[in-house]
Amino acid sequence: MQPNTKSVAQHHDVHQSEHHELSFWRKYVFSTDHKIIGIQYGITALMFLLLGFMFMMIMRWQLAYPGAAFPMYFFIAPIALMGVVVLFITGIKPSVNTVAGLSLVAMAALIWYLGSSDENFPDGIMLPEFYNQMGAMHGTIMVFLGVVPLAVGAFGNYVMPLQIGAPDMAFPKLNMMSYWVYFMGGVTMLISFFVPGGAANSGWTSYPPLSNIATTGQTIWLLGMVFLISSSLLGSVNFIVTIVQLRAKGLSFMRLPFFVWAQFVTSFLLLLAFPPLEAAGVLQLMDRLAGTSFFMPSGLVVSGQILPNTGGGTPLLWQHLFWFLAHPEVYVLILPAMGIISEIIANNTRKPLWGYKSLVYAAIFLGFMSFIVWAHHMFMTGMGSTISAFFQTTTMIISIPSVIILSALIISLWGGSIRFNTPMLFALAFLPMFGIGGLTGLPLGLSSSDIHLHDTYYVIGHFHYVVAPGTIFALFAGIYFWFPKATGRKMNETLGKIHFWGSFVCMNFIFFPMLIQGLAGVSRRLYDGGEQYAHAQSVLYLNEVMSVAAWVMALFQIFFIVNFFRSIKKGEKVSDNAWEATTLDWSATTSPPLAHGNFDTVPEVHRGPYEYSVPGQKNDFTPQHQKA
Amino acid sequence: MEIPYTIETREDTGVNNAKLGIWLFLASEVMLFGALFTTYILLRIGSADDWSQLNDILNVPLATLNTVVLISSSVTMVMSWASLMMKDFKKYKLYMGLTILCSFGFLIIKYFEYSAKFEHHLYPSTNTFLAIYFTMTALHGLHVIGGIIVNTYFWGPGSKMWNTQPERFTNRIEIAGLYWHFVDLVWIFLFPVLYLL
Repeated sequence: MQPNTKSVAQHHDVHQSEHHELSFWRKYVFSTDHKIIGIQYGITALMFLLLGFMFMMIMRWQLAYPGAAFPMYFFIAPIALMGVVVLFITGIKPSVNTVAGLSLVAMAALIWYLGSSDENFPDGIMLPEFYNQMGAMHGTIMVFLGVVPLAVGAFGNYVMPLQIGAPDMAFPKLNMMSYWVYFMGGVTMLISFFVPGGAANSGWTSYPPLSNIATTGQTIWLLGMVFLISSSLLGSVNFIVTIVQLRAKGLSFMRLPFFVWAQFVTSFLLLLAFPPLEAAGVLQLMDRLAGTSFFMPSGLVVSGQILPNTGGGTPLLWQHLFWFLAHPEVYVLILPAMGIISEIIANNTRKPLWGYKSLVYAAIFLGFMSFIVWAHHMFMTGMGSTISAFFQTTTMIISIPSVIILSALIISLWGGSIRFNTPMLFALAFLPMFGIGGLTGLPLGLSSSDIHLHDTYYVIGHFHYVVAPGTIFALFAGIYFWFPKATGRKMNETLGKIHFWGSFVCMNFIFFPMLIQGLAGVSRRLYDGGEQYAHAQSVLYLNEVMSVAAWVMALFQIFFIVNFFRSIKKGEKVSDNAWEATTLDWSATTSPPLAHGNFDTVPEVHRGPYEYSVPGQKNDFTPQHQKA
Repeated sequence: MEIPYTIETREDTGVNNAKLGIWLFLASEVMLFGALFTTYILLRIGSADDWSQLNDILNVPLATLNTVVLISSSVTMVMSWASLMMKDFKKYKLYMGLTILCSFGFLIIKYFEYSAKFEHHLYPSTNTFLAIYFTMTALHGLHVIGGIIVNTYFWGPGSKMWNTQPERFTNRIEIAGLYWHFVDLVWIFLFPVLYLL
């Protein structure tokens, strides 16, 4: 490697002399720089998260007050107002705020369009068909357009190359393409609201035969998914090659920050698990457009009529192909979150992570196992008790590495003198919240207790505990943590703490009642929240509790949004290594990092990732590139 | 700052970026076609019909010819890369040209097969066997078209790189070749599974 390091250094010198300015479009829009692409991913994904959240709040109105007229302007006004505030918060010069402000206004317009249509809300009352659209699109947007692009596209893109000492991703043009294909996927999904019958309405899982006979929105949904799958394929190839090939000299695999390991395993999951869903998507498109019957059994009766299709297919095939992706997808949602949390915990306890090697091996094992647990989503489909027994066993096994990771992170806190800043508060909250999410999964993974719990609100409560106060808290933690790296400024601590405590309390008021309702047997996907069912009556009052908590939580997000956009220009200026961290992203680059090449001098790594409070050192942190 | 290892191999991993990238891409392609082959197996096992008789309507001689054409194109693809390794650009042009011709030949034969089916009113919607037959061969055909686009670019405008960065250009042909062999390999599986079994 020695000769190459030299040649890189030479290139760097050459570059200094021919430093030319890129045009506005190449610099900020069609950029090939991983940092810009990371920010593009981040802003887009945050906007989609907010849109998915809006859909959920609209659904929660219906669940809390079934049959009451929808007060649309109460939902639109804050978003529109915030859009205008963000637009003008730092003047009207084109910036990230302009894009975000316009997106917020567009979001308000979309909800106005949906809310004022008589097809969705005759006399202001939500129709069940529209509730189904909201349900399907909430799930799709949150998973495929919000959380994964934020966790992988944004954090992976921005932070990972910095942490491994790389000048950029291995394939910068593919990186740009991956963002724009993702963007196209998002646009496609949004377009589906404007076709006859509205957006997809068969749930984010799109189970046939329902989805096969659904309105045009489902076809658009499938096309959107093809875009999103292609985008994540391009991204994951890029991530793996970058991590394997572009590590700085001396940065062996066992010296990688755990965040990089998490992204590495995640990329393999995206690479190998998504193609079967693409295949399934193609088959469903054939069913819908070419009249095939891959997922259609013979003699299916819909509305009293036998469908004219030839039959011979099976709806179970879709479920297998779908969950073959969608279970690894669960780990795509959680692994990057664990990576972010590890960085923040090591940094704020000022101690090495406890059991770094076990964390790494657990993450790899988790990745392998996640490919052979998928059918635990299908215990109730009649696939037989032998297969159920197999998948129940693998499911119990896969909980072990998750427990190892969580335990290692909790033990890491032991004896540390913890700095309770905003990122650390989110990270600390992640641990018990993910713990609840994980533990509530065990009864679902056992095929006998699943008989009672399947398809109830218990399932919803379980996976939302993993993703919402779990992953999304980790993503908030990451945003507060790496904000100074991207902007050179810190986000406001007071506003951050208000945001944290508000969200933390509200999250539990939203999701814990779901577990109670689910145990009482209330089914998911009911548009009236279970009002028609006798067994649901005793827990029906919780619907209002959850809804109010959701709306209050929305108010607390305003603190985050204002803090975020205000701090870009007006936040407190901090040094390059704002948190006194050891990894290369903090210790070897400027804040914000150099436009091209990331590093002043090519870093060389001499030690592990978390050498905090090493006895005999002058500081309580020893950067990875500091010589022995 | 240049991205390291775009051309030269990294010592401790033994590959350059593009080669690792294409192998990862092919791994995901294996999963894509793997899912479709799995679908084939599941549908065939669950079917009330005897698929070994349903596929009698397919034209085995034409498909055999197509197999020969596609394997030949793989051979010429290797030859085009080998020519570059021997610094013989003219031969590269010849062999790459032949590869592209063979790929077109494959598609033309496939077109005759498809249109014969349509003439007899055999469509994807006719039965589940034809559904999976059309889906898999069409998806494979899309991959052939993708290969033609890439190879034609490297045969035409893309070949200018030979004058400036011969090593990088040779790498590109090797990588295009890996993809092309994969497309070939998929057909080697499709042919017996759909036509013979």
